[in-house]
Amino acid sequence: MALLDRHIGFVAALREAGLPVSLAEGLDAVHALEAIDLTERASLRAAYAATVVKRPAHREAFDMLFDLWFPPALGSHEEARDRPAYDDPELVRLRDELSRILLSGDETALRAFARGAVGAYGRGNGGSGQWFSYQVLRTLSADTLMAGLLNSVLAERGGLDEKVARRTFTRRIERFEQLVGEDVRRRLAEETSVERVARANVRPPLEQIDFLRATRADLAALRREMHPLARRLATRLTIRNRHGRRGRLDFRRTVRASLSTGGVPITTHHRPRRPHKPELVVLCDASDSVSSFAHFTLLLTYALREQFAKVRAFAFIDGLDEVTRFFAPGADVVEAMTRMTNEADIVWVSGHSDYGRAFGVFEERYADAITPKTSLLILGDARTNYQNPGLETLRRLAGRARHAYWLNPEPLRDWDSGDSAASAYEGVVPMHECRNLTQLAEFVETLA
Amino acid sequence: MTFTSPADVRERLATVGYLPDDAIATTVYLAAALGKPLLVEGPAGVGKTELAKAVAEITDAELVRLQCYEGLDEPRALYEWNYKKQLLRIQAAGDESWNATHDDIFTEEFLLERPLLTAIRRSEPTVLLIDETDKADVEVEGLLLEVLSDFQVTIPELGTITAVRRPFVVLTSNATRELSEALKRRCLYLHLDYPSPERERDIVKARVPGIEDALAERLAQLVATLRTLELKKAPSIAETIDWARTLLALGLDRMDADTISATLGVVLKHHSDQERARKELVPDGSSR
Repeated sequence: MALLDRHIGFVAALREAGLPVSLAEGLDAVHALEAIDLTERASLRAAYAATVVKRPAHREAFDMLFDLWFPPALGSHEEARDRPAYDDPELVRLRDELSRILLSGDETALRAFARGAVGAYGRGNGGSGQWFSYQVLRTLSADTLMAGLLNSVLAERGGLDEKVARRTFTRRIERFEQLVGEDVRRRLAEETSVERVARANVRPPLEQIDFLRATRADLAALRREMHPLARRLATRLTIRNRHGRRGRLDFRRTVRASLSTGGVPITTHHRPRRPHKPELVVLCDASDSVSSFAHFTLLLTYALREQFAKVRAFAFIDGLDEVTRFFAPGADVVEAMTRMTNEADIVWVSGHSDYGRAFGVFEERYADAITPKTSLLILGDARTNYQNPGLETLRRLAGRARHAYWLNPEPLRDWDSGDSAASAYEGVVPMHECRNLTQLAEFVETLA
Repeated sequence: MTFTSPADVRERLATVGYLPDDAIATTVYLAAALGKPLLVEGPAGVGKTELAKAVAEITDAELVRLQCYEGLDEPRALYEWNYKKQLLRIQAAGDESWNATHDDIFTEEFLLERPLLTAIRRSEPTVLLIDETDKADVEVEGLLLEVLSDFQVTIPELGTITAVRRPFVVLTSNATRELSEALKRRCLYLHLDYPSPERERDIVKARVPGIEDALAERLAQLVATLRTLELKKAPSIAETIDWARTLLALGLDRMDADTISATLGVVLKHHSDQERARKELVPDGSSR
């Protein structure tokens, strides 16, 4: 009975965290539990994962919730201690031990050590109140062990060996930090309630992460998601073309074919549809406030190049420059981003975005980039810093293009607050909210 | 097709050179125990198809493979009538009555089995591999739903054919497009990712006999490092194995900067990736 309650609570929590667990899948999980040895925690985790998690992006939330609902241990026996001085002999001994474990890469020992460390140093305010993982991590500061670890495996520093070793230890130290976090959440859950801890800790899945709030790690993950996304979009676009309306009626062929049926045009012939490959001009706000968004959308531009006959990208802050050259085919993406920020002439005076001036410069220098075949795509938060928004210039530019769209990474409710000129611009160019991967993918589908 | 436990799966897979981790072993065990199709997703070259082959091998089952592609349709996936042979039969019949001929030409003899029907009708153990499901059109998924949930097929002229013995079904996908929720719901799901360096070392040792432990270890560490760089195409397990074989064939037993630089093409197939890896991994002497 207790197991059933756990199961139901767990599935409910998964749903709350945004995983679409259907009734049938919940039942599958129960069947799976009957088939395996429940004392094997790894099997239990794999059984749940196989039945209720069907998207890699949901795996992180699943793992966190699983650790809360099916904790690896209960209770703790360690006495809480005050945060020791840096040269406390006990702490020195502990750090030595941690260093030894990290060197060997022994997962079981690492887990036991993390549990002990949380028990000893994890309590807030000298032994009373909440559990905190940062306290443990700061006390032990595992990342400062790196130099010692490297010295003990490398004969000499530098080069390839160091790179490989450094990666191995970084991975283990991250694992240690993960284990500490896991144990802290477990203890919190035991003392308060599992549901509360779960709610406070679950992060949204990758495709829902806000571009503007993405952390560095998120950005790296998003970047990795870029190529599959572009490929997925490409597949969708080609399928759409193939299923599209047949081409214009080919009158001559139809008449000729009708001769064999006495002039009755039984089969009609059509001209092949000319594939519509639009040209794309991207204007991207690259100022600090939207830098992570800009970063990401420029990558998308880069990936979409294959889908469009011609893509030209322009970045602006208060100056504007063409950045297409940094994204040449086969170019290295990360390097292109760095070169763009260093070499492109996009800052004029202040480094605060000035849409009016940017549009002006664009019209003056690159007006011929926009033809009746062009889709114009503007990426930015429409925050003008109370400068002239350049509405008229934009109207002229948009008028020349076949389509014009504006993607705004800010939530809809913030539009028009402060210096945002969202509505004014929306009157000229249709504006879409684009805060995460899902919305971006939806938009690109309409673009084709 | 039964296994006694995940550990049993693990041991038997290892005998044919496929080294599973906990998740793989448990999921394969569950798919067999619950009789459900297994959907395996993950990047190219992590051993999705290999897994199906290995399961077939350890269970003495025949592998029936349906390779999906754009434009795959029912006749190619399920069954088809052999029209030419039917036509011959009609011509040979002479002045036999139409009814007799009609009954005659829609029989077993004129039925062309395609992979799905083959797998359902076999009475011996079978592993049905539906490879690269994401490449097929959405309509094929509908067809698969029917076949995979009831393990039966209806042929108008012959009636409903139900599986005598449920095949063990493995579907693979590179996730180039999202498969439908309905299909995912009917399957157990396994996300295969790049292996840990320890597991990859063992895989290399199992697949490339004669390689020294130290070299295999170093190779696995190197490939893991390569995968952390932002490359267009991260090296797959298959490419790691190729690299190991190349080194053996060249008689090289050390991985120094020169060797790596010379053989990098075995694992990285884009010029920009190679450049990036060289810059990151191989010191140019001056930066020391």
